[in-house]
Parts: sequence; structure tokens; C-alpha cells
Amino acid sequence: MTENENETENETENEERIAVDLYEYQGKQYFARFGIPTSPGGVADTVDEAVVQADAAGYPVVVKAQVKVGGRGKAGGIKLAADAAEARRHAEAILGMDIKGHVVHRLWVEHASDIAREYYASFTLDRPAKLHLGMLSAEGGVEIEEVAATNPDAIARLHVDPVRGIDRGAVADWVERAGLDEAARAQATDLLVELYRCYVDGDCDLAEINPLILTTDGRVHALDAKVTLDDNASFRHPEWAEYAATESEDPREVMAKEKGLNYIGLSGTVGIIANGAGLAMSTLDVVNQVGGSAANFLDIGGGANADVMAAALEVINADPAVRSIFVNIFGGITRVDEVAKGVIEALARVDLRSPIVLRLDGTNADAGRALLAPHLSDRLLSEPTMLDGARRAVALVGS
Amino acid sequence: MSIFVDETTTVVIQGVSPTSQGLYHGLRNRDYGTKVVAGTNPRRGGEVIEGIPVFASVKEAVEATGATASFISVPPPHAAAAIEEAAEAGISFVVCITEGIPAQDEARTYNRLVQEFPRTRLLGPNCPGIISPGKCNIGITSGDIAMPGGPVGIVSRSGTLTYQALHELSQQGVGQTTCVGIGGDPVPGTNFIDCLAAFEADPDTRAVMMIGEIGGSEEERAAEYIAANLTKPVVSYVAGVTAPPGRKMGHAGAIVSGSQGTAQAKMDALSAAGVTVALNPTEAGERMVEIVKALP
Repeated sequence: MTENENETENETENEERIAVDLYEYQGKQYFARFGIPTSPGGVADTVDEAVVQADAAGYPVVVKAQVKVGGRGKAGGIKLAADAAEARRHAEAILGMDIKGHVVHRLWVEHASDIAREYYASFTLDRPAKLHLGMLSAEGGVEIEEVAATNPDAIARLHVDPVRGIDRGAVADWVERAGLDEAARAQATDLLVELYRCYVDGDCDLAEINPLILTTDGRVHALDAKVTLDDNASFRHPEWAEYAATESEDPREVMAKEKGLNYIGLSGTVGIIANGAGLAMSTLDVVNQVGGSAANFLDIGGGANADVMAAALEVINADPAVRSIFVNIFGGITRVDEVAKGVIEALARVDLRSPIVLRLDGTNADAGRALLAPHLSDRLLSEPTMLDGARRAVALVGS
Repeated sequence: MSIFVDETTTVVIQGVSPTSQGLYHGLRNRDYGTKVVAGTNPRRGGEVIEGIPVFASVKEAVEATGATASFISVPPPHAAAAIEEAAEAGISFVVCITEGIPAQDEARTYNRLVQEFPRTRLLGPNCPGIISPGKCNIGITSGDIAMPGGPVGIVSRSGTLTYQALHELSQQGVGQTTCVGIGGDPVPGTNFIDCLAAFEADPDTRAVMMIGEIGGSEEERAAEYIAANLTKPVVSYVAGVTAPPGRKMGHAGAIVSGSQGTAQAKMDALSAAGVTVALNPTEAGERMVEIVKALP
């Protein structure tokens, strides 16, 4: 385990942004920091480690695939084992398993609980209400969206004012409203107060427990953990560094991340570079509207200097599916003539496989286009508007 | 007329030093004609930087200059406190362009303003700011691309698309009353509905352009509001029709999950509310030009 952690650190040395969705085992470890009870268990990356963890947790155990995708159980990624031999067999079967495109590299092995009842509990931000929202249901263990659709009354809601914070009495009322069993109420109230603390002090976008269980011997604890961290808060959570594993298996995204670019790989043939997330999204839309398909989303931010542009072009150039490139820049504070200089310098550094269409507009657009004029060719084209640029880039795909 | 800011607005820049972002943008805003009357910096009270008198706190700046608005571009760890300091000092319009404020801080600050300082309006955070062309520009919008004289009011969730919208209209000779960038964060201080209501009440604004984005439900709520309250024509564009589901695309607010918050759902809701929905920013500009030309 120690060995693997070191490996992870090395891989992610240059990582700036932190993966926000935690694995179940990370979520449970995060819960534990706030005193939220979970089942005893541990992480395993090999079959032998799984058996060691199973022995330590005490049989029977549950062997659970650690992947960030729903439907693990149905896919055979969650198995009950009565003894070490069975734990070994399940670990062998699950490690390396492909669950909806996610390969299982890690297991969570925990002591199996005797479940009497399954509940659902979560805290998240209610954006329209601009308040925190707790949701609690006595009908847990299934997709909460399903419960919300078929029996909305089964979900009890609690709005919490972020200024005033949570009130234990209000939580106790909420637990009663949700119809949790008498035996679970006091413990559930304590746990939910802690879950709110985890959500707020732990800077979560989402802290969800499904199922929250009542055991046959009368204990309430979290059987699963879904935690999404707000990466904007990473500056005050040095402990989050351990979650900064390389998430993406898309080599284009890994390369873009190394260069500090905001890139998302897609399946089309037109490489896209734009400044600003909104304009980049809009560029995808327009390329699609004129009959093309984008190979990626890439936002190079407000400015567009030669270094950033060269890095962006290198990433796009490395994508074998790209047949043409559309650079869509609107110069506001960064004037278009400055952008044009950056583009020219970047093009001198990168040997592009595909033709490139530039649409540079905004402040000083005429000066910028004049700078570009001597460089134009059938491999480097300039178009005055977004639509024209998109049309040209899409036409070039077939050429 | 215009909404929220005009030629009488006086601005204090929070967090000025010779190298700060605040000073850089503040000077640009002043060059545009914005009345920048003060700056703050707890360690530089009494100094004058680029002709701007610096005070140790917003309170002192307001007492000395009567500033009515503030501009914040300080880093995320300090932004929420800066917003609250402005509200406590009696500032009525706070523009915060800082990107990357934790959602928990935003939620707490927003609710504190609502409860304790109802007379303070916050624009942003994570927004490009506001410009009433020819009168006042607070934020990072390039004044060159805006055109004074109205009659169009613009409200937008996206930064670069705000510029794009201004540019499309100005190039066609159609001016703007005010252009408000509300930003794409989870808890914006000012939302579409606040701006739509202000534009409806402003006699010089005769049509409204609204630029939305995938994620959340603000556009759907705006559509309901437009159907019930707006007498002025509205043209809209929503970015992200082709965005892959479930991925963050640089804006905390722009997350698609399932069918909720998709660009298509938003466009459908806006169409049903009688809004002219365009498929790209250029088309939105063209539709608006047609509408303005047909105004009596």
C-alpha cells in the first residue's frame, strides 16, 4: 500500500487541480475524520492484500470494487465472502474487472453488516434556494432519483441557513419526519449533525450516504460513501493532496493536464481552441451546427500568449483523430494584435499535421488580421466570424 | 438610463498595490471614465497610487470619499471577507470578479448579505463585471467593444460570450444601456431575474439579450419570470448544446447531469416563454438587430 501511494505521488507531481469525486474508501476515510461511523475495513491493491484486510476486518466480509461508476453490484463488483478462501476468489475475480469502461485497480474490504433497515442521507447546496439542503429517506439502498420520481413524499428535506448553521433539535424533527425507525433516531441525529459538519467544514459539494443502515444489533452507520469535494477550497485542505491521483485514462487529457490546460477529450475530428469556457462551449455548438464534430473542448483562458497557444496546439496535434483545427479567440483585454503575434510565434514552434483556421475578433481585430496576412496559406486560414471559421474548419476535415 | 451603475457611481478598489490585479483593472476602468475615487490596503493607508488615494479599510474610504460601489479582484481565500467588509461599510453595489471562491464561503456570504445588508447588491463572484457604456465600467470588460445610447440591455452568465454579445451588437450599430455579467458560480449575488426586473423598469432599455449556459436551473427560472413579467422583447442564446454530459467545463456552474440543466431544456423553456432563441451568438446578434430596427 505504501509503495502504491508513492507511485501515485510521483505520477501527479505537476497536478494543480484535485480530483473532486472521491472513491468509496476515500469517502469513508473522510467521514471517519468527522466521527461518522463506518464498517471496519481496509484498502487492497492485490489479492494477498485483500486477504490480509479480510482477516483483519473479521468474517464475513464484503469485497468491493473501487470505481467511480454506479452499478458495481450488478456488474459483479461487490461480493460477500464467508472465509479467507472465498475472499481470495472474489478478489481475484474483481481486480482487473472492467465495469462500464472503468478497470478495477483497488478493492475495499470490510466486515459485512447485518442489515435491519436501509436509509438515505445527504447534504448538498440547493442552488435556487441558495441554502444548504439535507435529504433523508427511510427508503434507502436504491437510486434516490427513483424514490424522488415515484414517491417524492418519502424524502424529507431540511434547508439549512449557512449563516445560522445546523440545529440539533431541527435535525431530530427531520429524522422523525423522515420516518426512521425509533431505534435509529438518536444515533441518526448525531450522525447527521456530523455529516453536516463534514459537508461544511470538509468543503464538500456533496456528502451522501446510501445506504445509511440500522444493523440488527441496533447500530447506525454508513455502508457507502459518496463525497464530492469543492476543488476551489483545496487551498485550506492540504490533506486533500492524497486524492490528487491521475483520474483520466485519456492520454490527450493527461498530456493537457501536464501542460496546465483546461481540456476535455471528445470523439470528433475538428480540434478546438478558444478563450473562455463559454466561448469554447459555443464553438463546439457552432461546429456541430454546421455539420462537424469537435475533437475536444479546450479553454486557454483570458489571455492567449505564445506559450499557452503553443501548448494548446501541441495537445491538439497529438490527437490522431484531428483533421482540422479551429482557433476561436475573442480579444477583450488581450488585444487581437497581441493574440496574432502569439499565434504566429506558436505556429513557428509546432509542426502541425492539420490545417488551421483562425477566427480572431474583438479589440484591434484589423491590426491583428494585418499581422497574420503574410502568413496565410492553404494550411493557415483566417475567417472573420465564428460561423465562417467553423464552416471552413469543417470543410477542411474532408479535404 | 442604465441599471445598477451610471455616471454618478463612485468606486473604491479593494486591495490596491502597485502590482495588484485590482489596480490594473481599476486604472483601465478609470481610463474609460469610471469615477474611481479610492483604493484600500490595510498596509498602505495614506498612500496615493496612480492618483488614487489609498485607505486602510473600506469604511475609511467610504467616510472620506462617499464611494457607492466597490471592485474586488483579491485572491479566493480573501474574497468572501472583502465582500462582507464592503457591505459592512455601506457600499451599495459590490462587483467581485474573483474566480475560485469555495462554494461554502459563497453560500455563507450571500446569506449574510441578504440578512444583514439588504441594501447591498453583490455582482459575481467569478464574473466579468458591469458596463453602462459611456458612463461607468467596473470589471474586466473592454470598453472599446461597447456602444453607448441603448436600447439593448445585456445579461450574461459567461465571460467571453458577454464580450461576443456586445461586439455583435456594436458592430451593427446597436448600442447598449447596460451589460451585466452575472458569472457562472453556484451562488451568484445577482441573477438573471434581478437583471431582467431592472431592465424592465428602465425606460431606456427597450429589448434584452440574455446569454445562458448549461448547468443549474437559472435559465428555466428566468423563463418563468419573463413569461409573467416582461413586456420587452428578449433574445437568448444558451451555450453548451453539444457539451458532453457530466463533465465540468471550466465553470463551477456549468455541470450537466441527466436531462436537467441541459442547453436544450433551457432553450425549450425560453422559447415557451416567448423568447427569441438563437443557436449561436452571431444569430442572437442578428435577431436582436432585427428587433431593434422594428421598434416603434
